Formats: sequence, C-alpha cells, structure tokens
Amino acid sequence: MQQPNRLRPFFENITFDREDNEMIVNFGPQHPSAHGQLRLILHLQQEQIVKAHPDVGYLHRGMEKMGENMIYNEFMPTTDRMDYIASSSNNYGFALAVEKLIDVHVPRRAKVIRMMLLEINRLISHLFWLATTALDIGAMTVFLYAFREREYLMDIIEDYCGARLTHAAIRIGGVPLDIPDNFIPDLKDFLDKLPANIKDYEDLLDTNRIWLMRMENVGIIPEEMALSWGCTGPMLRASNVAWDIRKEEPYELYDEVEFEVPYSDKCDNYARYKIYMQEMRESAKILYQTIDMYAETVKNNETELMAHSPQYISAPKLELMTQNYSLMQHFVLVTQGMRPPVGEVYIATESPKGELGFYINSQGGPYPYRLKLRAPSFWHTGILTDLLPGHYIPDVVSIIGTTNIVFGEVDR
Amino acid sequence: MAQHQVNYTQDNGLPVALTTIDKVVNWGRSNSLWALTYGLACCGIEMMASGASRYDFDRYGTIFRSSPRQSELMIVAGTLTKKHAEFIKRLYDQMAEPRWVISMGSCANTGGMFNTYATVQGVDRVIPVDLYLPGCAPRPETLQYAVMMLQKKIRAEKAGKAQRPKRLL
Repeated sequence: MQQPNRLRPFFENITFDREDNEMIVNFGPQHPSAHGQLRLILHLQQEQIVKAHPDVGYLHRGMEKMGENMIYNEFMPTTDRMDYIASSSNNYGFALAVEKLIDVHVPRRAKVIRMMLLEINRLISHLFWLATTALDIGAMTVFLYAFREREYLMDIIEDYCGARLTHAAIRIGGVPLDIPDNFIPDLKDFLDKLPANIKDYEDLLDTNRIWLMRMENVGIIPEEMALSWGCTGPMLRASNVAWDIRKEEPYELYDEVEFEVPYSDKCDNYARYKIYMQEMRESAKILYQTIDMYAETVKNNETELMAHSPQYISAPKLELMTQNYSLMQHFVLVTQGMRPPVGEVYIATESPKGELGFYINSQGGPYPYRLKLRAPSFWHTGILTDLLPGHYIPDVVSIIGTTNIVFGEVDR
Repeated sequence: MAQHQVNYTQDNGLPVALTTIDKVVNWGRSNSLWALTYGLACCGIEMMASGASRYDFDRYGTIFRSSPRQSELMIVAGTLTKKHAEFIKRLYDQMAEPRWVISMGSCANTGGMFNTYATVQGVDRVIPVDLYLPGCAPRPETLQYAVMMLQKKIRAEKAGKAQRPKRLL
C-alpha cells in the first residue's frame, strides 16, 4: 500500500505506477465541469477510456438519517437541498408521499398552484442544464442567455415564496399562500417570450459544427442499457422509451392537461439535448393551461389552499385565532408533529431529472421509521461505468453534461 | 506638423501622482480577485448566478478560475463533508499567497442545518476564513457585498510584508 505522506497524494487501492501501457487519471472531486463533487477514476489507453469508476459520496450529508429524527413538517426544508436546482419538485414529492400516507384531499386551487410551481421548476432546471452544458462545451453565449431567462423565472418564484433557490413553497396538504397579484401577468409575459428564446438557443447550437461534433454519436445509451441501469426522465426518453410518470401514473392534475412526451431513437447526447429543448416547450404549454385552470378556480370561488384534516394538518389562521380547540390541535401538531397511521408508501413523481421517489415507513410515531429517497441522478451517475469506456477524454465532459446529474441528489 | 514634445514646465506640470507602494499594490490586488470555482452544493448555484448575466461579477474584477495556481480567492460555497475535507485543504495549500477565503452560506460557516455524522461543522476547522457570509443560500447580492467587504479589507492591509499565518479555529 502506498504510504500516506504530505508530498504525494494518497489514494487507497490505486497504484498509479503500472507496467502496462495504461494510465490512471483522477477526475474530480473538485472539477469545474463535473457538475458538483463527482470523482471519476479513469483508466486510459492513449486518450481512450478503457475503464471508468465513478466515486460518489463527497456531498453525502446524511439526509435520510436526518429525516428519521425529524417530524414530517420539519423535514420539508431539507428536501430543498436535494435537487437544489428544482427545489419545489422535491418538496412536492415528499408532500405527496405524506399526503398518501395520511390520506387527505388537497383542494383544487392548491393543486393548480402546485402544478404551476412544478412546471416553473422544470423550466428553471432545464434552462440551468442548457447553460452549464453549453458552458462545458465552450458556448459561453448560451450560458449567459440561458441564465438571463432563468433569472426572470427566479423572480417569479421569489414573488411567490420569497426565496430564489430553496423554496420550501409546498406544504403537506396544500400550499401556504395564494399566488400574488402580479404572478400571472409576469408568468404570461415570460411564456410569451419563451419560444423566441428557445429558438435563439437552437439557432446558436443546432447546426453549430463544434456542438454537433461534441454531441452527435457521443454517449450512445441503447434502450436495454438505459432500462437495465434504471435511467428515467430525459435520459430514458432519449433512448427510445416514451416513459413519463406524468402520463403513466398521473398525479396532481396532469391527467387534465394536454401535453406531449417527446422521445427520440437516436440515443446520443444530441438526442438528449433536443429532448430538453422540447420539454421546455411542453412545460410552457402546461403552464398556459394551468393559468386557465387557476382563473376557473377564481370564478368558482374555490379559495381553500390547505386540506381539511384536523388530526394531521393545522386549521387556517382565522380558525386558530378564534377557536380554542383548533389552537390546541395546532399546538400539538407543531410541538409533537403529526402521527400518520402505521404503513408504508412509495410515491414516484417526474422531477425535471427523472423519477424522484419517496419511500416512507411509518410506525405510527411522529418520526418516520425509515425514509428512503430515490433520486434519479444517482442512477444516472452509475451508468457512467458502462457508458464512458470507449470514449475519449473530451467526451467525458459532454456526457456528464447531458446526464444532468446534481450531487445534492446523488449523495443526499 | 504636430508637436510631439510636451513642455512640462508650462502645461500643468509633470504627469506624476504621489502614492505609497501599499496603496498601489493593494489597489491592484483588490480589483483583480480571481476566484477559484469551489461550488460544493446549493450555494454554488448562486455563485454561478453571481458570475452570470444579471449579477455580472466581472465588474469587480472577479473572474472564476478553475486552477488554484491562478486564483487568490477561494469562495467555499456549500456543504463541506468529511470525505471532501482533505481536498479543500490541499487546494488551499496550492493557492499562491496572498490568498483569501470567503465562506459562503450557513453550511460552510457552521455546518448549518446538516448537523450529521458526515459534514464538517464549519469550513474554518480546515482552512482559515477571512469572511463569513450568512444565508441559506445567500443571494448573489450578498456575495457581491462580501467581495466588496473583502476588497475593503485588502486595501487596509499592509502589502509589503509577507502575510502572517492566519489563525485556524
């Protein structure tokens, strides 16, 4: 074993001096284009990768264990820090799992607002993906453009919940607030401009020679490989499987809106890029429909935002201030937490990156007995083992880019 | 024909500005803080946003560099885990002096909400920190303010002397 000393880096189980012609390169964990703390150990023959070993755990913060020592409502802000590019989708996945466990009915207006937040988050995440991937490939202009558009969406989200990045905008049983007055006009303004913006990006990238060389026929994931590695989301849809949980097992009001599931049989980086672009258009389509649905709830005077279930969810503020028993229940819910019935639940939602699943095992206490987070990025990191061999060093960056991994989610 | 020679005794005197070496050096240092990209978690996204279109960091002379050899400012943005701690120390040691560190966000300051077996409770346990930046995650404006504060600090320092070793917590 190599002796750990100050002058030579110490790596357990790796010998860098080798007899054969193979070179071992350490990539990360602090690499500007590794999208976080990914460490890859690459075995090279000349410039070609023969073996790749992703090493994860550099952002492991022990979230699942934290969840077991927190009451359910307390865990909500922690879910923000999982996939921190699209926080609300994590909030939503967790809230939905707990709602299923305690079996409450969420009011329609809350559902519409949640759909809006989810799709805005999808747009934010996809714009961020485009920006960083383009930056890694060298297209600085697209990075600046995509971040400009992303900031408008951040403003809209900020108007709603006050935070830019870590929203905690969704509660178990509904949403805490109605949307502010200028929310819908702002969102409409943005959505009207979005198609032109997406066209701008595509004009810059679609036929760009460098972009095509780095993207086309690079990182091909055949259908069987994608399925056997547990890929979901755009990664799976680029591999000729039209699978979207919003269509297959509709949650919220996704069965009432019309949208397409884009998929491609090209299986390469370029196909994934096209799918992200197409999904942004579909999100815009869904958002237009949710705006109409919101107007309908206003017309029907459905003002409820939180589910009514005194045993699990605090009553509205007005009731807390006027009725003694509601206040007492609220006090118990805040200090001791809700106690869902004994049982277990697994809920999968379509987060911007793929299937985001929450498994909760409740033993009837205020804390979950076991909380398992199934994050899509974890599985997309695993596929690098099979995907990278045969590619060249520069392809590593573009492949990591299109897998869209976020390390808060991989390591949790 | 244009006259190339300036007659200094007549036209407002010699083009001379009097100052001290300290001021000139610190002026240069504080206005060209090249930062090492050290986005560890969520705060890294806000750090990127600070560098991108709306919050344009280049105005302060802060450009993100990927190599510790070329940078003098390390913005530790995000949760530092025990597994990562040895790397941050190594990268800090690789930076050339003079060097400064901004600890961005609650996680880097104190461990924040992640008081678990896996996280380092504050990056100042591993490397010395010049500026602590509160928030979870701090907004880009906050980071800009932090850089301005750091520039102020640099301008007040002595430029000539070798930097004294900073106290580690």
